[in-house]
Amino acid sequence: MSLLEVTDLAVSFSTADGVVRAVRGVSFAVDAGQTLGIVGESGSGKTVLTQTLLGLTPGAHVSGQASFEGTDLLQLSEDQMRQVRGARIAVIFQDPLTSLHPLYRVGWQIAEIIRAHEKSVSKKEAADRSVDLLRKVGIPRPEQRVTDYPHQFSGGMRQRVMIAMALALSPQLIIADEPTTALDATVQAQILDLLLHLQMESNTALIMITHDLGVVADIADDVMVMYAGRAAEKAPKRDIFYSPHHPYTKGLLESIPSSSAAVERLRPIPGSPPSLINLPSGCKFHPRCGYVLDRCLIEEPGLRPVTQDGYHSSACWLPVQAAGLGDQAEELREKTVQEGRGEAAAEVFEAEVAGVIEPDGTVTGVVEPDGSVTG
Amino acid sequence: MSITADSDTLVTVENVVKYFPVRTSGLIRRTVGHVHAVDDVTFSIPRGKTLGLVGETGSGKSTLARCIAGLIPITSGKVSFEGTPISGLSRRAMRPFRREIQMIFQDPYGALNPRRRVGAIIGDPFTIHGTATGAERKRQVQELMERVGLNPEHYNRFPSEFSGGQRQRIGVARALALRPKLIICDEPVSALDVSIQAQVLNLLSDLQQDFGLSYLFIAHDLEVVRHVSDTVAVMYLGRIVECGPKDLVYGSARHPYTTALLSAAPAADPDTAASRQRIILTGEVPSPIDPPSGCRFHPRCPKAQPLCSKTEPLLEVKAGDAATHATACHFPVEAGENLAVAGRSQLP
Repeated sequence: MSLLEVTDLAVSFSTADGVVRAVRGVSFAVDAGQTLGIVGESGSGKTVLTQTLLGLTPGAHVSGQASFEGTDLLQLSEDQMRQVRGARIAVIFQDPLTSLHPLYRVGWQIAEIIRAHEKSVSKKEAADRSVDLLRKVGIPRPEQRVTDYPHQFSGGMRQRVMIAMALALSPQLIIADEPTTALDATVQAQILDLLLHLQMESNTALIMITHDLGVVADIADDVMVMYAGRAAEKAPKRDIFYSPHHPYTKGLLESIPSSSAAVERLRPIPGSPPSLINLPSGCKFHPRCGYVLDRCLIEEPGLRPVTQDGYHSSACWLPVQAAGLGDQAEELREKTVQEGRGEAAAEVFEAEVAGVIEPDGTVTGVVEPDGSVTG
Repeated sequence: MSITADSDTLVTVENVVKYFPVRTSGLIRRTVGHVHAVDDVTFSIPRGKTLGLVGETGSGKSTLARCIAGLIPITSGKVSFEGTPISGLSRRAMRPFRREIQMIFQDPYGALNPRRRVGAIIGDPFTIHGTATGAERKRQVQELMERVGLNPEHYNRFPSEFSGGQRQRIGVARALALRPKLIICDEPVSALDVSIQAQVLNLLSDLQQDFGLSYLFIAHDLEVVRHVSDTVAVMYLGRIVECGPKDLVYGSARHPYTTALLSAAPAADPDTAASRQRIILTGEVPSPIDPPSGCRFHPRCPKAQPLCSKTEPLLEVKAGDAATHATACHFPVEAGENLAVAGRSQLP
């Protein structure tokens, strides 16, 4: 059994504007010593997903299961959750300055976590352990830095302090939510190296939430790509990057500038992510997809295996052989589209190309047979 | 690097220095030091081309942009636009040049007044410079909106009704209003989602072709800079350490800092990421209030020699390099030289 097994998790919030369906049925598993990368754009539900696991989404309607070491996290009381959060599952947030208390010395803040969970530890012991932790995360002169305040550290050093806090109680799982987004490239490289090193040392599981495909390519084992609150594609890292099946994954990979295609024009995904209050019908990606079939407008595809071994799965109606960035896969996609695109899908596709489709999927104009648009 | 003020050059920046005084708090605010934000920077921006400026937080790239745009006065040096010096001009004398140099900012949420309608925001430049009023102004604003990919019917909407990518388009339309010759883009896509970034980058490149715009493009994402730039300048602690055509700077970097920066950039390719050897820089970026002596990079440089802490290297063309590729280093990186010392297995 996996360390963390999430099954069919759904999270929604009631707001004045309507029900926000942030997460709509997501399942995944993480093993000890493994890194799962969760990739998605803003509003894809990746942060809500992990915050729900830790009971940090008060007022949300939650359904599904999240089994961690055999207990369902979603059923825990606030007191029981407090035993898990920080101790067995630790979190590292994006912005270390707002996550640290500005008026307490960092050593005190680390010691407080230790003493809150391990009552028998004396103040002296806790203070010694915080010095050791700062040393472990590569902060120079930890004996002196332990009495500094957060503002006396640089961004990278502050993130190291956050990692030290996350490690304080030797958790089984670390959830890192965009931990390097606010950092410069050279510092980001240092922090990712540190996380990997510590993970190897203690066999901790790591969930890395990020919008940066570079970070995922660097440190993940498995990758889950999220779109509009659901997993669009889930696979071992190499499959995601070298033979993506979902048009959204493919679109993401093609829209980043890379050295190999430096002179080419970028190929962005048209439109923008949908509103989670007013989701489009069928597949939630269809208003932005280049391979719309009639079926996509009516029926939302679930994750289904793309490879024999079942490790690579994708939520798309295209045939399983249509995975990859090569010409062969592209031919198959085109062929499928020709066969599976009736009038309804063709209309959506043309409207999208002509730019008269709104992010929520509503069509604001009509494409005339000669290609002109009337609104 | 030599400065040639020919017709192909739009903007020249010569020996520009910008210090910010550091004062004590209290009644008598004594100056106790200076932040050396930009220190003796020289380069030129060619007409119709893009100069990419890369560097980490605190390297002075945004300050430099504001100096060129005339938003803050420079301490010393000279900024010229089409051969006319514009630094040190009075507000009134500066006015015609403000139309020629526009800026696009990073944060599409903070750069637009949330209580004003989009039409009014984009129309501001026309009002301020008195170039169009009434129905004519509305027509021109709607034309701009269409040009940047916004629906002109959304003229009366508020910024909050637009997504991040669309807001950045509003910023682009506003910058474009007076048909400037230079647009300074300060991290224009770093707040946007990946799929939206590409839309805005393509828009910027279309506009450059259509209007013959020059860009000063500031970003910390090296791949984005490589994609949009013709020439690239690398800044470290207020100085340009390397400058040249992008293929030379990316392909055969000579400054150890450039090579370290390139080796640290995340690549969205698992095989590249796995095989790459990183140059892990030791220490942190020193304080710009009291920059290191000699070469500012020497305390962190894997190649530093005693000379580096004594004499500051000049930005000059190194032996064997193209005449357009300049490096400020006493001991430039040679082809095939490997600076990577620390592997994955070692604790950084």
